[in-house]
Amino acid sequence: MTTLLDARELQETLEKMARAIASTAPRDVPVAVVGIRRRGETLARRLMPLLERAGVKVSHYGVLDITLYRDDLTTIGPNAVLRGTEIDFDVTDTWVVLVDDVLYTGRSVRAALDALMDLGRPRAIRLAVLVDRGLRELPIQPDFVGLRTDTEPHHVVQVCLQETDGVDEVQLYDYEDAR
Amino acid sequence: MTTKTRAKPVWTRKHLLAISDLTREEILHVLDTAAGFQEVSTRSVKKVPALRGRVVVLMFFEESTRTRMSFELAAQRLSADTIDFVEKMSSTSKGETLLDTARNIEAMGVDIMVLRHPAAGAAQHLAQHVKCCVVNAGDGQHAHPTQALLDLFTIRERKGRFEGLNVAIVGDIAHSRVARSDLCGLQTLGAKVTLVGPPTLVPRSFESMGARVTHDFDSVLPEMDVINMLRIQKERMTASGFPSVREYVRLFGMNRQRLARCKPDVLIMHPGPVNRGIELAADVADGPHSSILRQVTNGLAVRMAVLFLCQQAAALAG
Repeated sequence: MTTLLDARELQETLEKMARAIASTAPRDVPVAVVGIRRRGETLARRLMPLLERAGVKVSHYGVLDITLYRDDLTTIGPNAVLRGTEIDFDVTDTWVVLVDDVLYTGRSVRAALDALMDLGRPRAIRLAVLVDRGLRELPIQPDFVGLRTDTEPHHVVQVCLQETDGVDEVQLYDYEDAR
Repeated sequence: MTTKTRAKPVWTRKHLLAISDLTREEILHVLDTAAGFQEVSTRSVKKVPALRGRVVVLMFFEESTRTRMSFELAAQRLSADTIDFVEKMSSTSKGETLLDTARNIEAMGVDIMVLRHPAAGAAQHLAQHVKCCVVNAGDGQHAHPTQALLDLFTIRERKGRFEGLNVAIVGDIAHSRVARSDLCGLQTLGAKVTLVGPPTLVPRSFESMGARVTHDFDSVLPEMDVINMLRIQKERMTASGFPSVREYVRLFGMNRQRLARCKPDVLIMHPGPVNRGIELAADVADGPHSSILRQVTNGLAVRMAVLFLCQQAAALAG
């Protein structure tokens, strides 16, 4: 087990991401921050005040549940309960920052893009992820990255957040070690 | 995505045949999943791709408008293709057995069969002989699990709990699959069920299933949190053992006078279609205590959840 980010580093990483987003956010289009359930949702909520501090006016906040958009029913966590999408604004003509914790194969993001498109036609969608661990299976790249790290398929990158896990940290586990 | 705990899944059933098969956890998992599906029906594009490319066949060997439509719409909102099997025009009227019919339909590449059949046990029988998922949409006097699930969903939505809740089911209990399914689900979740109706339609034998039986509706009114009024099947009215309509209305009909004797927040349910003025007075059916239309709306979310969970379990089983 390796610690990729501790609590202080995680906070600094989020601040860095917020500044990067602020430097490209448009002034004349409403900005929406949308998190992918579950940890992307928490990260999105954390990014909001940081973005405001960096000078971005965030007009909307929402949460996407991508369960129903996955390309393989068997990849859904067996006990994951569908919680539904909570987007109570019209995404059409907004500048959406899509937030997730870890970018891996790209399949979650593909599903999230489809889910968003079903709700309207955003002016643009940008992807912000806390950790990009590589190993993409689809042509999807992030626009804002907190931490880039090369991994192997037998690794697991675990993002823990105060709100859901009681602690702020990012860990890398090696399943080969465990065997 | 981060790690997924490889715990044993709560839901592993590819068939939904009867509420009596389900554990408390399984019932609650369906209700939680249905809650997640409610949002889909509020969108402008009321569709998600979860079952895209899957085929759902609706096999209804008995009259039904709302259950069939509800299943069809549920399947369509999940992006499945649906086909309707119409009994009157099909080979069953030429003597083909249910199983032969089902096997022929399955050979065309169907993923889920939704079956309504007059014979108790028909869905179970089908599930044992086909490879696809089977969802029971009512079999004889045996079970109607999705009706029970939507009733449970509606009760939870309005009451927030099941434990200790007093629920009356009123009407022709003996011949009702809805009553049996509701009774079973409510007991699994810890509610206290009272069955109400004339002695010929509510035999004491139901006490062995753990329910209280009474033939005096008025005496139990004040203690009820939920009252589920079953539809009186007029086609049975001529059968012996059934009181006259006027007598039934006088003793067991829900009306304004009876409602006034109930708890102020009592929930009045009905599985539809309502015989206005018989089991339910029109002003009560349309009043603030009634959840009739809410039940219909919730039925859609519950059926989406059932189709989704069964198909997911089938996919996980490979």
